Amino acid sequence: MALPKYTEPHYRIWHYVYLFICGCVFFFLIAPLFVIFPLSFNAEEFLVITDGMKRLDPDAFSLRWYKDMVYGTKNPWGLAAKNSFFIAIFATIGAVILGTVAALGLSSRYMPYKGIIMATLISPMIVPLIISGVAIFFFMAKAGLAATHTGIIIAHIILGTPFVVITVTATLSGFDHSVTRAAASLGSNPVNTFMKITLPLILPGVISGALFAFVTSFDEVVIVLFLAGLDNTTIPVQMWTGLREQLSPTILSVATCLILLSTLVLVAAELLRRRSERIRGINR
Amino acid sequence: MSSETQRILTTDGIPLEVSLKKVERRNKFKAFLLVAPLLFFLLIVYISPIIGMLFNSVDDRMVTNALPKTFIAMEKWDGKELPSEEVFEAFYIDFQKLIEEEREGKLSTQLNYEKNGFKSIIKKLRRKSKSFEEGNYKEQIMAVHERWADVEYWRAIKRRAPSYSYSKYLKGVDMYQNQEGKFVQVEEDRRIYKKLWVRTLKIAFYVTLFCFLMAYPIAHLLATLPMKYSNLLMICVLLPFWTSLLVRTASWMILLQQQGVVNDFLVWIGLVADDERLVMMYNETGTYIAMTQILLPFMVLPLYSVMKTISPSLVRAGKSLGGTPFTTFWKVYFPLTIPGIGAGSLLVFILAIGYYITPELVGGASGTLISNMIAYHMKYTLDWSFASAMGLMLLAGVLAIYWVYNKLVGIDNIKLG
Repeated sequence: MALPKYTEPHYRIWHYVYLFICGCVFFFLIAPLFVIFPLSFNAEEFLVITDGMKRLDPDAFSLRWYKDMVYGTKNPWGLAAKNSFFIAIFATIGAVILGTVAALGLSSRYMPYKGIIMATLISPMIVPLIISGVAIFFFMAKAGLAATHTGIIIAHIILGTPFVVITVTATLSGFDHSVTRAAASLGSNPVNTFMKITLPLILPGVISGALFAFVTSFDEVVIVLFLAGLDNTTIPVQMWTGLREQLSPTILSVATCLILLSTLVLVAAELLRRRSERIRGINR
Repeated sequence: MSSETQRILTTDGIPLEVSLKKVERRNKFKAFLLVAPLLFFLLIVYISPIIGMLFNSVDDRMVTNALPKTFIAMEKWDGKELPSEEVFEAFYIDFQKLIEEEREGKLSTQLNYEKNGFKSIIKKLRRKSKSFEEGNYKEQIMAVHERWADVEYWRAIKRRAPSYSYSKYLKGVDMYQNQEGKFVQVEEDRRIYKKLWVRTLKIAFYVTLFCFLMAYPIAHLLATLPMKYSNLLMICVLLPFWTSLLVRTASWMILLQQQGVVNDFLVWIGLVADDERLVMMYNETGTYIAMTQILLPFMVLPLYSVMKTISPSLVRAGKSLGGTPFTTFWKVYFPLTIPGIGAGSLLVFILAIGYYITPELVGGASGTLISNMIAYHMKYTLDWSFASAMGLMLLAGVLAIYWVYNKLVGIDNIKLG
């Protein structure tokens, strides 16, 4: 973005003002995440930056809240983490299978009523969560699935499928169908063709859809609040309760772990995107 | 003539046209078969419960079934004066049955939604009715409490007679149907829902506006910088996007509290006195700040993907033809980004209008939205039919925007990450 030498002074000033504005916005986006790190190492019980921390006094920092997170008495985080992973993994598997198969159908040029069906399949992403929560709660209560893992997993499959449908249809949009026809002409049956030819090619899309579905389920709190009993508590529900009742620094330790987790997801998603672009580039 | 234009046959002797149609039908069916599992799954566990909410929201059979004789007796009552002895007797019989079945509590809750003050008088009636003598129930019931002698309360009961009613929808916009069947607004000081709708729309609008104002420059920067820098800066957008909503809300709670980092900073640079720290949380300000930051990536990403496709030579051409940087931007670049602005704004607006978690945690009383009211009625007042009605009104609004979005952008063009 270097400016040419002949730029007039007032445009030059405007350019730096523009860069400054951009810097502020980036700061606004990313900085809030970083307050959590130092405070999670706080030795005190308060959620403020103490004088000791400002002086970088080593006594002001400690790992006590991380210890509390792992070993603390009457500690809900262990159960919550177990539930969260259990629910998210099964919800992801369900969403990926249903979503990928549906995306294959949707990308077929023979698909009838494509517009309205696509709109229906994407709707769980658009409908406000609170409404989905109310509707799913009524359904689960009638079906006797309230306060069960099964009920929550089904709810999260609903929320996760739109992401899988979107990412997989996007991958399939650059897909060269003559490859599958070639496989069929060489005597491969449809299932074999799918497993050996189609799936490896659309895999980046499928995995990035799976990441979305996993994160959606792992982070979802509104529907779990409606559906969960005491045994179904998840990490977001525990955070929600903690944030509403007393802000303890233990929450910040958990939050730090979650930020690290999302960094991993971000890196994975980014690598997948590039790989997908490369594979599709070859196809074209 | 027709015998001469021979129809083309396939090897099996079937006309090609028929055979082609057959194949096409089979392909259509195959494609549909692939979509079917997800479609039916969603129809059963998702779409049908939402439609079920429609029934929930108008269902009023609970009161109708609780007071069958009363409503039959009330049919002749014109609603002007107090009802006749006949109505009171029917009400007494129905009420005794409810007490036997221990359902009078539910009735009092339902009637209390219709008119405040029913709860206590039904409790009192339950106590006193044990010692009622036979005959002249009108006098006896009216003696229990003065409100039983108030015609307004009997009108309220009568309003609940039909099995289905749209009163919950009226309540959602602070209106009710009076005894003449006219729609009237509730008293000035009890109009809470209309205010809430307006506030929800206002907050969603301003959050969208702020997001647009902040996203536009950085999306432009990301789209014009060389790849190696823009990838690095993109992390600033994507990391919050992937981070848990509750984590981001928690960080705002820490930042905005009165002893928080923002206030510390303002005191330190001397903008605010130590004893006059700003209240930025548990009010509208908190909702604005936190929601803007949380929804900002949803505006940046669509804008970025549109700006990425705009060729820089267009702007150069504009400048070479004598446009100042400002006019080239306004006349050439900006119009080309309008699809991205539309996509991002609609997405952010849709998400903002139904937001629940963040307003609940940082919004306090003045920064909550319609979603919070729905959750409140689901959890605390247990008025599920009202919650359903409010939810469906919100849903209708969102679907209308979704429809516009689909027309303008096309849902196939939603991009993620």
